[in-house]
Amino acid sequence: MQTRRIRWHIAVFLAPAVLVYTAVMIFPLFNTLRLALFTEVDQTRIYVGLQNFRTLFFDPIWSEQFWNALGNNFWFFLIHMLVQNPIGIALAALLSHPRLRFAALYRSAIFIPTILSFVIVGFAWKLILSPLWGIAPSMLDAVGLKSLFAPWLGKEEYALTTLALVSVWQFVGIPMMLIYAALLSIPEEILEAGEIDGITGASAFWKIKLPLIIPSIGIISILTFVGNFNAFDLIYVSQGALAGPDFSTDILGTFMYRTFFGFQLQLGDPHMGSAIAGAMFAIILVGVCIYLFGIQTRMRRYQL
Amino acid sequence: MKRKILSMALMSTALVASSAYAQDATLTIESWRNDDLSLWQDKIIPAFEAEHPGIKVVFSPSAPAEYNAVLNSKLEAGSAGDLITCRPFDASLALYEGGHLTDLSDLDAMGNFSDVAKSAWQTDDGSASFCVPMASVIHGFIYNKDAFNELGIEVPTTEAEFFAALDKIKEDGTYIPMAMGTNDQWEAATMGYNNIGPNYWKGEEGRQALIKGEQKLTDPQWVAPYATLAKWADYLGDGYEAQTYPDSQNLFTLGRAAIYPAGSWEIAGFNTQADFEMGAFKPPVQNAGDTCYISDHTDIGIGLNAASENQEAARTFLAWVASPEFASIFGNAVPGFFPLSNTPVELEDPLAKEIVGWRDECESTIRSTYQILSRGTPNLENETWGASVAAIKGAETPEALGQQLQDGLASWYAPHQ
Repeated sequence: MQTRRIRWHIAVFLAPAVLVYTAVMIFPLFNTLRLALFTEVDQTRIYVGLQNFRTLFFDPIWSEQFWNALGNNFWFFLIHMLVQNPIGIALAALLSHPRLRFAALYRSAIFIPTILSFVIVGFAWKLILSPLWGIAPSMLDAVGLKSLFAPWLGKEEYALTTLALVSVWQFVGIPMMLIYAALLSIPEEILEAGEIDGITGASAFWKIKLPLIIPSIGIISILTFVGNFNAFDLIYVSQGALAGPDFSTDILGTFMYRTFFGFQLQLGDPHMGSAIAGAMFAIILVGVCIYLFGIQTRMRRYQL
Repeated sequence: MKRKILSMALMSTALVASSAYAQDATLTIESWRNDDLSLWQDKIIPAFEAEHPGIKVVFSPSAPAEYNAVLNSKLEAGSAGDLITCRPFDASLALYEGGHLTDLSDLDAMGNFSDVAKSAWQTDDGSASFCVPMASVIHGFIYNKDAFNELGIEVPTTEAEFFAALDKIKEDGTYIPMAMGTNDQWEAATMGYNNIGPNYWKGEEGRQALIKGEQKLTDPQWVAPYATLAKWADYLGDGYEAQTYPDSQNLFTLGRAAIYPAGSWEIAGFNTQADFEMGAFKPPVQNAGDTCYISDHTDIGIGLNAASENQEAARTFLAWVASPEFASIFGNAVPGFFPLSNTPVELEDPLAKEIVGWRDECESTIRSTYQILSRGTPNLENETWGASVAAIKGAETPEALGQQLQDGLASWYAPHQ
């Protein structure tokens, strides 16, 4: 009788990655979710089931902050979708134009902010926009538009949008590069065939190139979604853990940080913090699932 | 720095080894004030060792941000030093309740301190004191003397004079009347609300009544400071909404602003940065002749590790820390951190001297939110930051802000329910 050979080498080759990934990702993730089910009373940890989540969603003190952070997070995401990705696509389309000179220079210049640290970006933009020493007021003054200047980062109604646009400035290079790569992979023959049929210039972009890069746009959207709902650094660097003014720039990341680690006289509460982290995880999971099962499977793909 | 730590470590082991020989005691001090390392090594410790030949002292600081965590793990492991530098209020109270700090109420030298000075390191009922108070910071206003002379402004003592002075500076237009921003939020509460507030709620009287639940944050004396803060907005620079704390410091030290709502910890920095003469005035009172109250906020104390093997020597050291001699060395070395003992200390820095002089004229209190009231959620201190900013911006009425804070406090604090 012939026994099926166990293919050990598969397990051996997978092991390092699985072990490392489990140790640094999967275990902490589930441990965080577990932590959310406990609370601390008189320095002992007790199991409370879903009580922390009930507090988070239904206690007015917590839920007001949670919904505020979630709403701000959606606005942050919306700005990226409406500004960052269209600009990224437009830049990629321009860069892939065969007769554009200095394309490599533009490409690097636009991509460089992406590799800068959040701390540098946040600090630099704070200085640029500073009403006292910034260059933004004097530049506006030079073109006679001084009246348009406001201390944007300090005003409730503008602060979040301003920070979202700073983040767009920093990360616009990523959609640009991904779309640029997708555009380069479109075979010349297809474009030439289109030209013979009289489709050139802008209509070639709308009718041939855009449908072919839709899957890349989908991937970029989901990366933006995950990135934005995990965002924290930029807000923390420029507005601090209280995400001022008056919590108008508070997103889930800063809310979680403040709760988990505490702030000033407020002591940290790892259990409520984990509950918020759990809620963030659920939101991102639902978003990604909607995309994977609702959108990606229906997307039309073309064999190139 | 690294080499310094290493040599310190070597030194301390060497000292431990030799002390076993000579039957001497070696005391190790845990602290977050690594800025003060040379001060301790060059001035404080030699002064103490000269008087007490049998006792050796080693100052062993860690980074401020890590101090609480490092200290806690050392205490758990039993490897912490004999003397523990105490953060004010709940952080140290937790150590005392955890059995890590010794009750020092029976230390004679504790009589050198007022109740306000001791309040940061006492149990809630005041029955046990577990750290010797070392230093406090005082709030008030620092001003540009040259600017005041140039515009012919007298130093204001009442609120009416204060706003008249601000009006005059604004009218002239050379200087920004007051350097403060709301971007970082805490200045509005710390240098705003808790700076001018004690004059309204009569310092300790109001603060204690609030803790006991006899007064509410909706009472006029707690709401009125917000109404005053709302008037500040006109005198802060353009775009103060996005002005940060370092921005404000720079505006003042560059000579572009005339008045700076301050904490005394600024003195050392301002002395090196500003090239004009500075003066200070205390928070203005409402009517001339009113008793004045100042926020004299307790910041650093020092306590005794319950697990220390050198209890006697450590007590000797703590008694010395409570003495006028220590106060004078410490107060002069770090101007702006004022010794808390009742014996007045002769300070050399003119600005520090001026500010510490207010203690004789006014009643001292501490920041209203620090003791007990910021233990729950929502956190009263953090809420006060937001409320002070909202008051200055005029986003909400003072009454609405008082109500909001009161509701938050009442949601978890029993005496207010």
